[in-house]
Amino acid sequence: MLKICDLARANTEFSSPPLLSAVSLELEDGICLSVAGTSGSGKSIFLRAIADLDPTVGEIFLDGIERNQIAAAEWRKKVAYVPAESGWWDDRVGGHFKDLTQAGELATEFGMVGDVFAWPIRRLSTGERQRLSLIRALVQDPRVLLLDEPTSGLDEETTAKVEGALRDRLNAGGSIILVSHDPGQRERMASNHFHMKDGVLSVCGDRTN
Amino acid sequence: MNFIALDYLDILLASLTIAVNAGLSIAMRLGLGQRLVIAALRMVVQLTLVGLVLKALFSVASPVLTGFTILIMILFAGREAMARQHRRFHGWWSYGLGTGSMMTAGVIVLIFGLTTQISPDPWYDPRYAIPLMGMILGNTMNGVSIGLDRMIAGVVDRRAAIEARLCLGAEAKEAFRPVVSDALRAAFIPTINGMSAAGIVSLPGMMTGQILAGADPVEAVKYQIIIMFLIAGGTGIGSFAAVYFARQRLTDSRHRLRLDRLTPVKGL
Repeated sequence: MLKICDLARANTEFSSPPLLSAVSLELEDGICLSVAGTSGSGKSIFLRAIADLDPTVGEIFLDGIERNQIAAAEWRKKVAYVPAESGWWDDRVGGHFKDLTQAGELATEFGMVGDVFAWPIRRLSTGERQRLSLIRALVQDPRVLLLDEPTSGLDEETTAKVEGALRDRLNAGGSIILVSHDPGQRERMASNHFHMKDGVLSVCGDRTN
Repeated sequence: MNFIALDYLDILLASLTIAVNAGLSIAMRLGLGQRLVIAALRMVVQLTLVGLVLKALFSVASPVLTGFTILIMILFAGREAMARQHRRFHGWWSYGLGTGSMMTAGVIVLIFGLTTQISPDPWYDPRYAIPLMGMILGNTMNGVSIGLDRMIAGVVDRRAAIEARLCLGAEAKEAFRPVVSDALRAAFIPTINGMSAAGIVSLPGMMTGQILAGADPVEAVKYQIIIMFLIAGGTGIGSFAAVYFARQRLTDSRHRLRLDRLTPVKGL
């Protein structure tokens, strides 16, 4: 279980950070939580804060262990943030994957051809980048996935395949915080719905009640 | 040593070349004449002053004054290295990082060279210490400023790639590695080129000077080789230090990418 207590952006020496008012919430295993909101409302900043990519105040616990007790690199393996626009550090797709077996299976499942790992990065379309960056995170088997618009560049059919794989994760006990502009996707995937406005996160509705 | 002493008439004669150029510029309306003359006058005044300062320093041969002069040289080199960076660290880091790296590298290499190889008596004799430091600093400054500039520009350009690796559980050291090696490679290129070209493409200035001053060319070459090594060493240590501390400053104990520690670029 992921437990967030009064998480907010910290002031740093030289910059006043973008708005994120203190957030507290609990995310049970196997649950997907959705976050909606207009662009620039602070959704990505919220996900970055959970992944510990920006200085924050407040506390986060994963299965009762506070984040600072865990090495930053370990934390990000367990709580994996997949940004809307992915970064690539190797010229070839394959250079971003340690083990191609599982990645290859997922790539096929997500409707990509088998030799995609031999391609140069520049050959990838937006949608392919999106799926590959998700696969890159999935193969590390994280406990919590922080997804920022994971299917915005995909057609309906492929979106369904990706959602299917994500649902498998939930059934296996993983949990997801899903930022999505697509109301249909939020309905299909999430049981708890939140809304972000000007850095303030508020509950929309709770279907489990 | 025997060399031909010059008198002021010789300098006046040499300055005729500038006068000819200035005349041409005026005749062709290039607008360069005035700038050329001003630059020439600056050069004469600056070098004359340096000559006088060096003469005074050499006659006193005081370790304190020599050290003070070297400190001033380092501080100027630090300013120069900072001014060449497009994006900088906030606050004193911007100046301190480059200056600190140059000071450490320069002083280590200078003392090593003076106490073990060149060995003047006393070892801090300004006649050796100051020109030597000038050569070491000039080159170290290039390495440090290129290294820092590439490092900072590199992390800004490759922010997405660095954060992608951090997100997948890489440590900062690993995520920054490509940028660090690019920065160091760039910092080393002038030194490597300088050594490769020495004697073929260019005759190093110090060696040429010694030959003009009547030294045996083989002796001058020996000197030049030692200086080249010291310069390469100073540039290497300085660039390593600058890039290493820049990397430390660009991340933190939680392995984040801390671009907030850089000043924003104008025009964005």
